[in-house]
Amino acid sequence: MEALLSAIPWGPVLILLPLAAGIVCFVFPSTAKTVGLLTVTLVPLAVAGLGWRLLAHGVYHHAIGGWGAPLGIDLQADGLSLLMLAMTAVVGFGVSLYATGYFKAEKSGRFWPLWLFLLAALNALFLSGDLFNLYVTLEMIGLAAVAMTALEGARGALVGAMRYLLATLVGSLAYLLGVALLYHGYGTVDLGLLAARVTPSPAAWAALGLMSAGLILKTALFPLHFWLPRAHASAPAPVSALLSALVVKGSFYILLRLWLEIFSPMSGGVAGLLGLLGGAAVLWGSSQALRQTRVKLLVAYSTVAQVGYLFLAFPLAAGMGLTAWSAVVYLAVSHALAKAAMFLAAGNLMRFGGHDRIVDLDRVVQRLPLTAGAFALAGVSIMGLPPSGGFNGKWLLLQAAVTQGRWDIVGVVVIGGLLAAGYIFKVLGHTFTQADVPHEPIAVPARMQWAAVLLAGGAILLGFLAPPFLALLAVGNPFAAGGAGS
Amino acid sequence: MSIASLYALVGVGLFCIGLHAVIAYDHLLRKILAINVMGSGVFLILIALARRGGIVAPDPVPHAMVITGIVVAVSATALALGLMLKVAAATGRAELGDEGGD
Repeated sequence: MEALLSAIPWGPVLILLPLAAGIVCFVFPSTAKTVGLLTVTLVPLAVAGLGWRLLAHGVYHHAIGGWGAPLGIDLQADGLSLLMLAMTAVVGFGVSLYATGYFKAEKSGRFWPLWLFLLAALNALFLSGDLFNLYVTLEMIGLAAVAMTALEGARGALVGAMRYLLATLVGSLAYLLGVALLYHGYGTVDLGLLAARVTPSPAAWAALGLMSAGLILKTALFPLHFWLPRAHASAPAPVSALLSALVVKGSFYILLRLWLEIFSPMSGGVAGLLGLLGGAAVLWGSSQALRQTRVKLLVAYSTVAQVGYLFLAFPLAAGMGLTAWSAVVYLAVSHALAKAAMFLAAGNLMRFGGHDRIVDLDRVVQRLPLTAGAFALAGVSIMGLPPSGGFNGKWLLLQAAVTQGRWDIVGVVVIGGLLAAGYIFKVLGHTFTQADVPHEPIAVPARMQWAAVLLAGGAILLGFLAPPFLALLAVGNPFAAGGAGS
Repeated sequence: MSIASLYALVGVGLFCIGLHAVIAYDHLLRKILAINVMGSGVFLILIALARRGGIVAPDPVPHAMVITGIVVAVSATALALGLMLKVAAATGRAELGDEGGD
């Protein structure tokens, strides 16, 4: 058994399985639902297999076709990659379950191939170890995500998708130009080799600037978030969940890797700038969310705010690398679960009432208790109340900030939490009351409600799993270069 | 200045022109073409910098990257053009505008 588990090449399986399934779904749309569900059930198992391997043998390496690093393509995984893969697998499973109830036959045949391609691209991104491979996966993610945004075909969705496509292409090209400069300067695109070779030089600074700008645009960090709210709010609910939970994390993961492995010796002022933008994103995104009158736009602006938290760690990492980076990963994973649950719940509200105007929510708590519960549980994690993954992440972040006397960051985290409570209770408050215009509710399938509960429950459960979470994260010591110990 | 660095500088120039155009113009076709100009700039830089001086044969790796990049650019352009037609059909004009409707 053990020999068998070691013999399976988990990395290629994680990429090829969804890719092949996506092609099958595309060619035979009638089988899409079955093949899709089977795939998203197998992918978590493959991630578990990879996790077992990591725990047993340490960092995972796989040279595709036996070619090896400088010439061929290497897949690699450490604790950070594994957690990102696990996040993708769990959120993907929950959203897929939801999608089986959400999409009608024709749309379903279009959703599944795109989603499985997106899944393959995300898995490939988290397993990649070189900059050019990361570029290709970024583009694959972008194209699949844009097509999924436009799936509904309505006017708002098309315009949102177009704006998203232009932003994501410009971001990718800026990133690619950075890759070109690094390759010219140091003769490799392999992350490990670059880590050893990069020294502060004009080419490296230019590459740092271009790649950071491109990835920030794709991650929708304030003030480059202009494309996100419209695109995320106009997409179908399961797609919004995937975009906010996973796609934004993909480009953030690349930025994090670049930072940890390549740019850590030269990051000083830029880290401060990223922290500043992160703080602005938390305040701006939360206050915009508070002003929204529609549930989906509110949740989308909340993503702008939550992305900001991820960047608050950059200026803290110089002094307390391990704590700050652990906080980032904790926040990223719990945001993925909670935000996916919130978008799914918002989709249920839309299906139920035919609209998502907050003031016109009509006695949702009595009539859709599971959905209201899922929204509230996800809200607990977004606000950062204990026990939840969001609380653990913010706790670690505050610990790093307080120890270093960064009271400005402490202030931003606290105010951001209060504003989050404001916009979440704004929605929850209206779920209890009767609307002025009562409406005939449309039934929401049970699995669409349970999928939201499952993901929100995951975000809460993460609050109890700190020791195993941090132990997994330490496999391969991904934060060794990113700052001096804790 | 060597010919190769001249080409690389032209590439940087193309990238900047494209970036300006994608922000400055409203028409979607112009934006899509501008992104293609940016892409050509990056590819030119990659090709030019592959020549590492003297008579040594140029490094083939950036060429492989450019070929991959072209494949990506073609697919992205196809998607963008298709989406542009849909937007034009739905809104009556090939521009983004600020109102999205619902």
